[in-house]
Amino acid sequence: MSDHGHGDKPFLAHHFEDEDHQFDSGKLGIWAFLVTEVLFFSGLFCAYAIYRSMHPDVFQYAAQALDTKLGAINTSVLILSSLTAAWAVRNAQLGQKKALCLNLAITIACAFGFMGIKYLEYSHKIHLGIIPGNSTEQYLDGAFGEPKAEQVAFVVPQEGEGEEQHAAGGEHADDAAHAEGGGQDHAHELAPWNDPAVDGIQKQNLAIFFAIYYCMTGLHGIHVLLGIVVLVWLLSRALRGHFTPTYYGPIDFAALYWHLVDLIWIYLFPLLYLIN
Amino acid sequence: MTATDHAAHGDHHEDHHALPLWMLVGTWGALMGLTLLTVFSAQFDLGAFDLPIAMGIATIKAMLVLLIFMHLGFDKGFHSLLIFGSLLFVFLFISFTLMDRGQYQGDITVKDSEKLLSD
Repeated sequence: MSDHGHGDKPFLAHHFEDEDHQFDSGKLGIWAFLVTEVLFFSGLFCAYAIYRSMHPDVFQYAAQALDTKLGAINTSVLILSSLTAAWAVRNAQLGQKKALCLNLAITIACAFGFMGIKYLEYSHKIHLGIIPGNSTEQYLDGAFGEPKAEQVAFVVPQEGEGEEQHAAGGEHADDAAHAEGGGQDHAHELAPWNDPAVDGIQKQNLAIFFAIYYCMTGLHGIHVLLGIVVLVWLLSRALRGHFTPTYYGPIDFAALYWHLVDLIWIYLFPLLYLIN
Repeated sequence: MTATDHAAHGDHHEDHHALPLWMLVGTWGALMGLTLLTVFSAQFDLGAFDLPIAMGIATIKAMLVLLIFMHLGFDKGFHSLLIFGSLLFVFLFISFTLMDRGQYQGDITVKDSEKLLSD
């Protein structure tokens, strides 16, 4: 870029009038990108809503295999990293180089912390045989431990009638919860997980929950990894003193991306970890 | 743009305001408080209200992130239009799919689908 720069402004590309023009163009670009990201993730949220409204009992049961404490810690880690990312933008705007580098470094550290905890969660599940696409019953059986398997009762559908009862509820994601509450009133037979009356289909539905879990958290995790790459690049540039109060676009845009990644996790956490 | 060493750029234009630190830290505090609240409220079985409450808290958190951390509250309206427009379409996408499933799932039996596939 510096070959085509405007003299004393090495990062002002030649096709922009001035720094404001460059900044505004970049800002519009990142928001357009974030829109595509929201729509990208919405497919998975839609799959989640459909399967949850079809099988509220399965979600309720399967969510027990997720560790709420680890999920909550990861939520806090991401929120902290969002604060430091927003703070870094402020530092860049005010030309505080040291604080900018420090805040970027903390953001990167939080991102690694998040992925570390995610690694613990994934490896625990893979150890139990819960891997994406695995619908083999015997693996899922052991995943919850014996006592939990007996505590949780499954609704056994009576001759194909059960699914329709649940299905009647859903016009909106909220209605999944109504179906959940209403489903119990219909006094289908309740059976423990290891009861032979609970059919294989029901157990395979558990694998669908974990497929959705892996897709949603996996895609989110890929975004975190990508964020780390971008933030490390920005930190190296910040250390070289590239950013000034008139040229801080890259910091602002990366922070916007990082906040969106945080925002998606804000929804994933209650949807996956906090199902009663 | 007040406390800057780069006095030469001090007249740089208006919407590059740095947010005050108390606002950033306050937002962080509110987000942490709401996270605790949603974990706490999940301890209780509120029946049909579980999901709406969890989603309501998540939406308040999302608004805090969008309006303050992402500067939407102080930014050009067009950026808000873009992102809230996309969220509107996400809402339509999910709610129409759920409505469709609610309407027709009962009509679909294994037999029907087998018959359709064999034809």
